[in-house]
Amino acid sequence: MITITGLKKNFGHKQVLKGIDLTFKDGEIVSIIGGSGTGKSTLIKCVMRLIKPAEGKILIDGKDITFVEDEYKLSAVRRSMGYLFQEGALFDSLNVGENVAFGLQYLTDEKPADYKKIVKEKLALVGLKDIEHMRPSELSGGMKKRVALARVLAVSPKYLLYDEPTSGLDPIMSDIISDLILELKNKLGQTSVVITHDIKSAYKISDRIVFLYDGKILMQGTPAEFKKSDNPYVRQFMDGSSRGPIQMKLTND
Amino acid sequence: MFKLIGKYLITFFNECGKAFTMLHTAAFWLWRAPFEWHEAMRQSVKIGIDSLTVTTLTSVFTGMVLALQGGNTITSVFNEPMYVGTLVGFSLIRELGPVLTAVVVVGRAGAAVTAEIGTMEVTEQIDALYTLGTNPSRQLVLPRMFAFLLTVPLLTLFANFSGIFGGYLVAVYGLGVPPESYLSDITTFMGAGDFMHGFIKSIFFAFMVGTVACYKGLDTRGGAEGVGRSTTVSVVTSMVLILVLDYFLTAILTALRI
Ligand SMILES: Nc1ncnc2c1ncn2[C@@H]1O[C@H](COP(=O)(O)OP(=O)(O)O)[C@@H](O)[C@H]1O
Ligand SMILES: [Mg+2]
Repeated sequence: MITITGLKKNFGHKQVLKGIDLTFKDGEIVSIIGGSGTGKSTLIKCVMRLIKPAEGKILIDGKDITFVEDEYKLSAVRRSMGYLFQEGALFDSLNVGENVAFGLQYLTDEKPADYKKIVKEKLALVGLKDIEHMRPSELSGGMKKRVALARVLAVSPKYLLYDEPTSGLDPIMSDIISDLILELKNKLGQTSVVITHDIKSAYKISDRIVFLYDGKILMQGTPAEFKKSDNPYVRQFMDGSSRGPIQMKLTND
Repeated sequence: MFKLIGKYLITFFNECGKAFTMLHTAAFWLWRAPFEWHEAMRQSVKIGIDSLTVTTLTSVFTGMVLALQGGNTITSVFNEPMYVGTLVGFSLIRELGPVLTAVVVVGRAGAAVTAEIGTMEVTEQIDALYTLGTNPSRQLVLPRMFAFLLTVPLLTLFANFSGIFGGYLVAVYGLGVPPESYLSDITTFMGAGDFMHGFIKSIFFAFMVGTVACYKGLDTRGGAEGVGRSTTVSVVTSMVLILVLDYFLTAILTALRI
């Protein structure tokens, strides 16, 4: 279980997270939605401790990692989590096969002789095949995303943090990935936190949806609760309308 | 004016502090995790090969220029080109070999390392290392520090030989110095101490260049533009530090009679 209390984070003078209280229970899929720049990525980066929070508390299975500095302790806690980066973050210096296999040597007990087989398997899960020898620079955005996903799945962590897993994918592929996340929960009991702009996918896979607005949680609840919510902010976002209380800034003030 | 200098000094020491923190973390992981030999060797080969041609070219011509300038000056005083070998050998082994090699390595390999690590930083590949059970100290810094420490002294050795060879060409075929006396000028006057002098310098240069290159890479912020900026800063900083360090090392080593 991951418990977040009173989490705050600023970059310089810019207050990004303004006090987040949130719990991810084991075996649950939680979708985080909200406009661009509201701090969704920042939130899950704090959980992975890629960013150090300013205030608050983050417990991973009871271990407080909020302000831990010791790299060794941090790396031990990070082992239970996988992270899909918004832009994939594939290693340019390695080919696709080496990228997917990368975490195996550090995070699993798999034998190097089996790496090839695992890579093939995980790539197949995300609908890719025979691209092991290709370089990340030769892939399209959507393919990069799926290779990155395969790289996370290869190490089968307990908690999976996905930063926009379906953005940049065609609708059919998006749905395949959504099904995959559901299947991982049902078969392996994996816990997933999914940042998404894909409302259809959020409705389909989530046990709970968290709506982030202006650095705070505006609403959280089941997909059914979101569907019938009459909060004007929530309605505008879920229905994807330009008219409503949320005013996107089109100019830089 | 003083304020400005003060500000520069504060920035400089602040940066030094952060660079040492990086080294400290790297040293920490050196004990805690197996050393990545494979990557270290790959980097050594890359840095060595990248810099070999330019190092050779630079040092051959430096040796030639030393022989030519030195030979002509000595001839105008003594009427014959005496001790050209000594001049070329001393200058190269104690000073120019280590300095020129370090400068070439900064331009070829130092810039490449900063750009590579910087790109990894701005594209979140560094963060990805953390999420996949390892870290940049172990994966990037340690292998590259090893590679610099291995290749720079070797390249320096190589530069010394090619410089002496360049000097030989000019001295023997241009100034008419007998080949035996060119070589004996070097061997009679030079000892193991001179060699050590150059060798110690090259180790310090390697350490400094590697530290600056890795640190500036990890310190990169702000997209592709940031990578360009930190690469430039990395090269300029290393170049200046080589010359500054060279002065102090010479002073210290001479005081220690090396
Ligand atoms: N490393 C950083 N330095 C400065 N500002 C940052 C940094 N990371 C994110 N931000 C700022 O924090 C805000 C939230 O970013 P992010 O969490 O990426 O938003 P989201 O993922 O919801 O689109 C943005 O306004 C962004 O400019
Ligand atoms: Mg984001």
